Amino acid sequence: MVNPNIQGKRYPRSAAYLVGREKIREFARATFASEESIDLAAAKAAGHSDLVAPPTFPIVLQEFGLKLVIADPEAGLDFSRVVHGEQKFVFQRPIVAGDLLTSELSVASVKSLGGNHMVVFDTEIFDENQVLVCTAISTLVVRGEDA
Amino acid sequence: MPEISELVIGDVVAEKNFNLDRDSLVRYAGASGDFNPIHYRDDVAASVGLPGVLAHGMLTMGLSIDPVVSWLGDSGKILEYGVRFTKPVVVPAKGRAVITVVARIAELDLEAKKARIDLQTSFDGNNVLGKSQVWVQL
Repeated sequence: MVNPNIQGKRYPRSAAYLVGREKIREFARATFASEESIDLAAAKAAGHSDLVAPPTFPIVLQEFGLKLVIADPEAGLDFSRVVHGEQKFVFQRPIVAGDLLTSELSVASVKSLGGNHMVVFDTEIFDENQVLVCTAISTLVVRGEDA
Repeated sequence: MPEISELVIGDVVAEKNFNLDRDSLVRYAGASGDFNPIHYRDDVAASVGLPGVLAHGMLTMGLSIDPVVSWLGDSGKILEYGVRFTKPVVVPAKGRAVITVVARIAELDLEAKKARIDLQTSFDGNNVLGKSQVWVQL
């Protein structure tokens, strides 16, 4: 299951992640984005400095934080019993190629519900000036031993 | 760029079908870094009691917003996007799973020039995402 005492715990800031233009294209194509959405000229014409990452791209950064939780003996999170319940991204501004990002995950809540645990993780993503760019909010359902 | 004054609540602004096969899942695993084998190995999926190899929930979430991005013409206009994962998408070893996405205007904030668009993502006659909502800047 998961240790309810990790509610409120903050995990260390990630290493810097440089958002690459071709990584954006690779992720966009894997999520069936149209070619127009990864056209550099179109992005610049829309006023962006470079290609804009698809809206679900921050999941790549959220993943770094979750790895810390999985490796944390205090959390006791059994990942084989985890189901992704909900996911949300809130943008302060779009992520563009060339951004140097860091992320920091905290445990917003741990709740017990019918033998399962619901854990909400907030991942804040900052640019190199330490300005918040995006928050990724993930709810994981950890199935109980009998579920 | 759509004009907010011309939008009406309930209007369908975009609709698209997506064909997922096993190659799609492997490509998404590589791009996202999510290499959970339940998304590409039948034996592993069966061993944990799943009905088959499943598409990554995040792949379904990721493709579901593409029709809205195309409609906007700029993914930088997305302010917020959230979903609830309600049903799995089973992807067969041969052939493909067809996912249908319909995007409708659900709420308009004329002052802030923001709109909420609700997405209906279905597979095999069932909605696979719940509370799938996007806020966009117009």
